[in-house]
Amino acid sequence: MQIIENSEEYDVIIVGSGAGGGMATKQLADAGFKVAVVEAGPYFDPADPKTMTQLKWPYESPRRGANTDRAFGEWDMSWGDWEVDGEPYTHEEGTSFKWWRSRMLGGRTNHWGRISLRFGPKDFKGKSRDGYGEDWPIGYDDVKPYYDKVDKLIGVFGTNEGLENDPDGFFLPPPKPRLHELFYINGAKKSGIPVIPSRMSMLTKKINKDRGVCFYCGQCSRSCSVYADFSAGSCLIFPAQRNGGQVKIYVNAMVREVTTNEEGKATGVSYINKEDRKEYKLKGKVVVLAASACSSARILLNSKSKQHPNGLGNSSDLVGKYLHDSTGSSAAGFIPGLMNRKTSYNEDGTGGMHVYSPWWGDNSKLDFPRGYHIEVWGGMGQPNYGFGFNANDFNKFFGLKVGGYGDSLRDDVKKYYGSVIGFGGRGEGIARKENYCEIDPTTVDQYGIPVLKFNYKWSDLEKKQAKHMQDTFEELIYNMGGMPLGDKPGKDRDYGLLAPGEIIHEVGTTRMGNDPKTSVTNKFNQLHDVDNVFIVDAGPFVSQADKNCTWTILALSWRASDYIIEQLKQQNI
Amino acid sequence: MNRRKSIQSIILGTGASALAFHGCRMDGTTENEEFPNIGDTKYFGRTPEELERLEKLNAEQLFNAHEMETIAVLSTVILPPKEPHGGPIEADVPEFIEFMGKDIPELQTTLLGGLMWLDHKSNTEFGVEFKSATLEQQKQICDEICWHDMDVPLDKQALEIQFFALMRNLVVCGYYTSKVGIADLGYKGNMPNVWDGVPQDVLDQHGVEYDPIWLAKCVDQSKRGIIAEWDEQGNLLT
Repeated sequence: MQIIENSEEYDVIIVGSGAGGGMATKQLADAGFKVAVVEAGPYFDPADPKTMTQLKWPYESPRRGANTDRAFGEWDMSWGDWEVDGEPYTHEEGTSFKWWRSRMLGGRTNHWGRISLRFGPKDFKGKSRDGYGEDWPIGYDDVKPYYDKVDKLIGVFGTNEGLENDPDGFFLPPPKPRLHELFYINGAKKSGIPVIPSRMSMLTKKINKDRGVCFYCGQCSRSCSVYADFSAGSCLIFPAQRNGGQVKIYVNAMVREVTTNEEGKATGVSYINKEDRKEYKLKGKVVVLAASACSSARILLNSKSKQHPNGLGNSSDLVGKYLHDSTGSSAAGFIPGLMNRKTSYNEDGTGGMHVYSPWWGDNSKLDFPRGYHIEVWGGMGQPNYGFGFNANDFNKFFGLKVGGYGDSLRDDVKKYYGSVIGFGGRGEGIARKENYCEIDPTTVDQYGIPVLKFNYKWSDLEKKQAKHMQDTFEELIYNMGGMPLGDKPGKDRDYGLLAPGEIIHEVGTTRMGNDPKTSVTNKFNQLHDVDNVFIVDAGPFVSQADKNCTWTILALSWRASDYIIEQLKQQNI
Repeated sequence: MNRRKSIQSIILGTGASALAFHGCRMDGTTENEEFPNIGDTKYFGRTPEELERLEKLNAEQLFNAHEMETIAVLSTVILPPKEPHGGPIEADVPEFIEFMGKDIPELQTTLLGGLMWLDHKSNTEFGVEFKSATLEQQKQICDEICWHDMDVPLDKQALEIQFFALMRNLVVCGYYTSKVGIADLGYKGNMPNVWDGVPQDVLDQHGVEYDPIWLAKCVDQSKRGIIAEWDEQGNLLT
């Protein structure tokens, strides 16, 4: 079978269309370059009524929203989850990693929580602070101008609080707290834990003519059909096209490798068209990988040539190393003060939380080096599959019988509706060389491309942090006059610490640095080994913070794009 | 017509209600040009692969007619219909339970085995199948299996106890995820809204209040349509 070559040469080929790829597309197309976006999944537009799940009712589906087809429930707007048909990944024995892949234009930005936190000054200098991991080659001041621009371009609600490591920005005004969030604020106050308005990328106010304003259905995970939340397609790629940009989108195109010439420079990519299962080649002056930290590492490792026998950009042997995800541990409590609620009003609000707690602790006095933030959930949400299960279990807290049947079940359901509050701790794990993904030579996907094998274990530091989360959650629940639900996970269950990958914040596989021996990319996300290849997903992150990574992906992708524009104009690459 | 007969006559109508299942569900949402239209109501946003699986499941039959009738009767014992929002039959609970049994095959043995247990028990005690027993007889059987020892995990308890707990979950869930059940619950969401805080009477009922300093930072909904502008320090000007 012959590889089919496209004779057209693009200025830039961007692999992946999520946050990083979307931002690069917007900046490079706006600058007048001819751009090809290569996406492994199909086309997706949140406004398309055919695929839309926003404002669906549970009874529109025979399974009432159950998660049998989509891991986060059937309304979740992610095509692909922990498993993608025909695209396996493997593990080193005794280790675990869960890998979420969204195969669609816009990638995981279509369903994410929109928690949009800047990293703070301390987050770029972890090693200087506590000796763990490595410092970034850049600091907050390098990224701040780009965070500012991302805030204004995309829109994020929040408040300027003057906090040292949770920097101020250009915020839209936040929504008012919901009832359970008022309980949370009061409960946290008793423990001296700060609570501030959330910082999330939904438009509580108009930001431009092209995007709608939030209408408070609470369904951002379903992707907003009026573009009132951030998704890479609706907020970056489509506007780049509307702006007259030369953007060619290749969908269902699974990139196999970056192609190189005799000098070892990149010449483009080869990909498998999923529809006809044939291999194609695209030519480009610059290749920008934004396939997600692990997928980009996979492409690099699979791009072996005479000039790059160890894979592209891998002279350091560090591609795939330092893989790390946020830590996560959760708890929930029953709050009697939230019983017998009036259902007279619609409290869906924005998706996710209206308030949260940024990290408040002093790690020098704790037995773990890095912090976490607390996410809060609760309220009178839309009933879906699972609603009403164990309808009167909470009777046990009142010495009443559990179970039974009859009219009283209706009263039980209503009595307890909205009386549960849940917490998610999302923290920083340490980047370690020993945690990595590599190519598994024994396994290929259905396109014949060798797949990734993961090797990831948490250390005691992350487990101790999870213990702190569990103790904090328990205290908060008691502060609210509530009762913890379920057994508190102890040491035997690593304090409820979720498996690596489960928070879906994986970063670090192509980390940036000034020394080509200890890093894969330079401080402009450019491969040390090949000057016309850039990585603008979370691969170049030196460390995760106790923040979600998307806002930093966006800022760094914009920054790298500015650098690419300058280099192309100067004909340096 | 007695109660049992009336349920049976409703069950005879289940084919029709299943056909109507994908019908128009447009009501309950406000039409407004700023808000999205409701999309394709027939396929609720499924991908072609998901649709194919749905069609495959829909073509399968898990329960025979007798079992479906038994499920319908048991459902209404568990959650009796109540005016004005009906009960499990109006909520298509039997169809929902059958679908979930096909969608999550792990449920099948408990459901099928439990239904057999019900008839065996009813035949042994009363010489009649469960669905044809009197309401008093049905309740007598349910009373024996509707409580379980909270200190023992459910999967370590007798099959009939597990069966009843599963049925209760599916009946309550099926009802409260239906149109009539959502109306009974009173859930007001899933439609365009302008969230402007918890109503005062609700704050009073639960003994909480807003902090005025916090509220001052929140969105002024009368200005939500005005394009945001900031000064150089990040203070919102509009």
